Amino acid sequence: MLRRIVKGGMAAVPSVTFTFEGQAVTVPAGTTVAAALLQEGVSAFRDTAVGNRPRGPYCMMGVCFDCLVEIDGRANRQACLTVARDGMTVRRQRGAALLDPGAEGGE
Amino acid sequence: MKSFDAIVVGGGMLGGAVAYGLVRAGLRCALVDEGDVAFRAARGNFGLVWVQSKGDGCPDYAAWTRRSSDDWPDFAEELRDRTGVDVGHSRRGGFDLSFTPEELEKRADLMKRLHNQAGGAFRFEMLDNRQLRDALPGLGPEVVGGSFCPLDGHANSLYLLRALHAAFQGLGGAYYPGSAVTKLAARNGAFEVQTALHTLSAGRVVLAAGLANRELAPQLGMDMPVFPLRGQIMVTERVRPFLEYPTAHVRQTTEGGLLLGDSKEDVGFDDGTTAPVMKEIAGRATRAFPFLKEAKVVRAWGALRVMTPDGFPIYARSEVHPGAFAIACHSGVTLAAVHAGPMADCLAGGRLPDAVAVLGPERFHAA
Repeated sequence: MLRRIVKGGMAAVPSVTFTFEGQAVTVPAGTTVAAALLQEGVSAFRDTAVGNRPRGPYCMMGVCFDCLVEIDGRANRQACLTVARDGMTVRRQRGAALLDPGAEGGE
Repeated sequence: MKSFDAIVVGGGMLGGAVAYGLVRAGLRCALVDEGDVAFRAARGNFGLVWVQSKGDGCPDYAAWTRRSSDDWPDFAEELRDRTGVDVGHSRRGGFDLSFTPEELEKRADLMKRLHNQAGGAFRFEMLDNRQLRDALPGLGPEVVGGSFCPLDGHANSLYLLRALHAAFQGLGGAYYPGSAVTKLAARNGAFEVQTALHTLSAGRVVLAAGLANRELAPQLGMDMPVFPLRGQIMVTERVRPFLEYPTAHVRQTTEGGLLLGDSKEDVGFDDGTTAPVMKEIAGRATRAFPFLKEAKVVRAWGALRVMTPDGFPIYARSEVHPGAFAIACHSGVTLAAVHAGPMADCLAGGRLPDAVAVLGPERFHAA
C-alpha cells in the first residue's frame, strides 16, 4: 500500500527487525513503528476501547491517538512517535488497557 | 430583521440548557453564540453532577442543586430519546477525599452544616480509609478518610453540550453560530440583539454569555459581577473501567479515560496550562490512587470558569427593561437539569422561579 521513497544511499542505512503479532518486520533504522507497519500493509493497529472497532494511523504526528499498539508489554504506545528498535515485540492494542488497582505504582 | 419570542445570548452550558427548555415550552427561540473562539467554561467542566459541598450558608442554592440532581436521570434519558446522544450520566453517589486529619475534620463539619441546614434532605456518610477501600479499589494509604454523598453523580460535559444543541435545533430552535453580540437595545418593549451579521428582535432576552455577561448585562440594566477562575484538567489514556464512583478530583468516564482535576486559579483571561499546577493535580491523583502512576496522560487543558463573588449562581431580571434576564453560575453541568426545566419554564412565562429569588444580584448591594 505505502512505499518508502528511496533516496540515494538509503541502501547503506542499517536495518532493524521487530515483530508484529509474531511476524518479523525489517525496516531501515530510524523508521517509526507506524511507518514500518503501514509499509507492511497493516492498516488495523488497534481495536477501540469502547466499540472494539479496528483503527489505524490518521495524523502520523502524535495527536489523534489512533495508532496505538502494545510495545514490549506496555499498552497504548503511539506507533507514530516510536522509532522501531531491534527485538521489539509489537502487538495490536486490543481495547482499553488494564491498570491493576492492586499495584502500588512505579517508584 | 428576524423576530422571535425569545433570544438566548450564549450557546454554552447555561444558554444551551435554557434555550432548549424554551423551545420545548413552545417558544420560537434564537440562540446567539460566539462560537469556538468563546472562552466556553463548558470545556473546563469536570463533569460532576455534584451536591456535596454546594450551598453552605445558602439553603436555597443547596436545595436548587439537590433538585437538579434529582431531575438529572430523567433529563439524561429525555436528551437521549430526543437526540440519540448518551451523555454518560450515572448517579451512584460520590466521594471527596481528605489527606490529613484536619482536612477530614473540616470536611465533616461542612457535611454536618449542609445536613442541618437542609433539615435532613442532604444525606452523607463520613468514612475512614478502610471503609473507603470497599468502594474505591486501589485507594492509597495517604487518604485519611472522606465524605460520601449518595446524591452525587457525573456526566460527560461535552456530550451534554452537544445534546443540548441537538435537542434545541431538533425542536426548531434557530442557532446563530459565530455571532458575537455587538449591541443590545430595548426599543418599544422589545429587545434588539445585534451581531456583525444579523439584527434579531424578541420580546424576551436571556443573557447567558458567561464572562461576557459582565459587559452585556449592564446594557439592559442588570448587574453581573462575574469573573474568570481558571481550572486545569488532565485526561489519561483509556483504561478498563475500575472506578465505579466519581471523586471530587478523579473520575473515570464511560469511555475509560480518567479525568484528573482540578485547580482554581485567579489569573485573569489566561486559559493556558502550567507545569506546576499539572504536577500538583497529578500528585494529588496519584496520592489518592497510587497505581495511576502507570496511566499515561494524553491531554491537558485549561479553561476559564465563571465565578461569582460568593460562589453561588446569579439569576437577574431587569427592573428597567421587563423581559430581560441574565444568568450565570459556576456549576453548569450540575444545574443543567433545572436550567432546562423549571428555569426555562419560568422564563417562558416572563419570570424567574421563586425557588431562586434569593439568588439575584441585589444580594451584593445589601448594606
